[in-house]
Amino acid sequence: MSVDTPTKPTAPAETAPRPNMMARVGSALGAQAMQIVLVWLAIIAIFAVLSPDAFFDPNNFRNIAISVSILAVLGVGTTFIIITGGIDLSMGSVLVFSGVVSSMAMGNVGEGQGWLSALVGIIVALTSGLAWGTLNGFLVAKAKVPAMIVTLGTFGAALGLAQVLTGGIDRRDVPDVLVDTVGFGDVFGIPTLVIVASLIVIAGIILLKRSRFGLHTAAVGSNAEACRRVGINVDRQLIKVYALAGGLAGLAGLLNLTFFRSTTIAGHSLTNLDVIAGVVIGGTSLFGGIGTVFGTVIGLLIPATLRNGFVILGVQPYWQQVVVGAFLVAAVYSDQLRRASSSRGGGGRPNLFHRLFNSKRKDS
Amino acid sequence: MSIEPIYEARNIVRNFGSVQALQGANFDVRPGEVSALIGDNGAGKSTLVRILAGADQPNSGELFFQGQPISLGNPTDARSRGIETVFQDLALANHLDPIQNMYLGRELMKPGLLGRMGFMQTSEMREVGRVAFNDLGATVRNFTGPVGGMSGGQRQAIAVARAAAWAKNVIFLDEPTAALGVVQTKGVLDLIRRIKDKGIAVVLISHSMPHVLEVSDRVHVMRQGKRVAVLNSKDTSVEELVGAMTGALDGKEAA
Repeated sequence: MSVDTPTKPTAPAETAPRPNMMARVGSALGAQAMQIVLVWLAIIAIFAVLSPDAFFDPNNFRNIAISVSILAVLGVGTTFIIITGGIDLSMGSVLVFSGVVSSMAMGNVGEGQGWLSALVGIIVALTSGLAWGTLNGFLVAKAKVPAMIVTLGTFGAALGLAQVLTGGIDRRDVPDVLVDTVGFGDVFGIPTLVIVASLIVIAGIILLKRSRFGLHTAAVGSNAEACRRVGINVDRQLIKVYALAGGLAGLAGLLNLTFFRSTTIAGHSLTNLDVIAGVVIGGTSLFGGIGTVFGTVIGLLIPATLRNGFVILGVQPYWQQVVVGAFLVAAVYSDQLRRASSSRGGGGRPNLFHRLFNSKRKDS
Repeated sequence: MSIEPIYEARNIVRNFGSVQALQGANFDVRPGEVSALIGDNGAGKSTLVRILAGADQPNSGELFFQGQPISLGNPTDARSRGIETVFQDLALANHLDPIQNMYLGRELMKPGLLGRMGFMQTSEMREVGRVAFNDLGATVRNFTGPVGGMSGGQRQAIAVARAAAWAKNVIFLDEPTAALGVVQTKGVLDLIRRIKDKGIAVVLISHSMPHVLEVSDRVHVMRQGKRVAVLNSKDTSVEELVGAMTGALDGKEAA
């Protein structure tokens, strides 16, 4: 296909770029990701008022950040998948499986200690995650099996294989160097886990917002047929997205292993739901086409902050599940409203309508 | 007009099982001309356009582009020759903005390593895309909002302008005014005239006789899988077109 530019201009552009920038800022403020930030800040404010000393302890924020790190790595991949209109239920099992094979590999290299062993473990974990992700993507894109069924299948299969490989007993082979630097390491006082997760999140934001890969991910989720018509290889894009998410689940498996010093085989049966809830609370539409990695991070921070705050206040932490459940339903409800208002269109002024509508909701 | 056709179909036959959608259909369009393609439901218009756009392949018959015989395996083959098509579903990605839709699948990449890493020349695309829309008078007011939130007329204009921005030679418009109100229809018809003025051949598929007569230079009438008449818009009338479509005027016209 020849690449060229549209026919050259003869008339000057009427609209100046400046109001456009303003419009961009305006729509950014109106975006659901920003509203969810306000919700999060409100939660922080409430806990801060009720228990200022304990809540604003730097160690407390450190704990919240660490607890979100591994979920955030999974959340980046899941955001991409949900933007394509798909879903991934398999990530918790892929995480466990990757941890298991990585631990087994590290146990067999250099007597389970040292950087060589660590490097082998990292490569094995990432490769394992990529392989599961590619399998998911291939089945979704080529075999046309619904993503929910494909990943429900690999959810069971990956966990089952992990149990077959270990006999159901958690392995603990992790090189000390990896635990000391990654699992419990600090760089300038910031936990390495948080740094790794932040780098993945920033890379995810750039990839989604700025790259052609991110644009095509949203386009495929928005209208796959339109993508095929303009020559985008939709199947390949889907496989890449699922492979990316799988690779990140592999990385999360490694992080999990270095933090818990265990493969935590039984500990991730609900991780997928936690992550999907975070992605959805963060404003990514389950119907595809739209979403942000930044929103996902906030969507994951809200449950973590609630759990933390309830513990500090002495409220039963189980209440966190109740509140998060309500948030989840509210997030999807607001997505429904948003989709209804944008498809209503009418009069070519949806933006104004949209913004009034959104700000009204913010006030309530 | 004695200009050579830029795109021509001869004796196109297309069967779907026992249904003969096209039975030796001919078609031609000249540069800078609006050719309307009309016919009753089932006359074979859509099948013919799909074949001309590369979305379907004929059982037999020939296509000539700029005088040379060609075969189109897929829509990309057609697009690489500067032939664009706007189907009725518009094929817009609703969550993307007009500029992103215009460049979808044809993004301008940054030069060098950044480009290979997948980064695009976003501001360049914004500028050129904006000018291309304005140039066609596509009256797109909001370049950064998702097209899903825009009116039917706006979306139609965006889809047509996108095709026009890339079409160097021929553009097919399948029922571009079918779902539009009076004002929006006028906008799209104006858009068609501007595309024509750029020297691009426009093929307009429509059920609306008045619109066809208003904007086209020639009208090709299809019936039962064949082109049964080619009429100059200046010299014909709605009655004559309907007659040719329904067969009431059989024998009077030769294709």
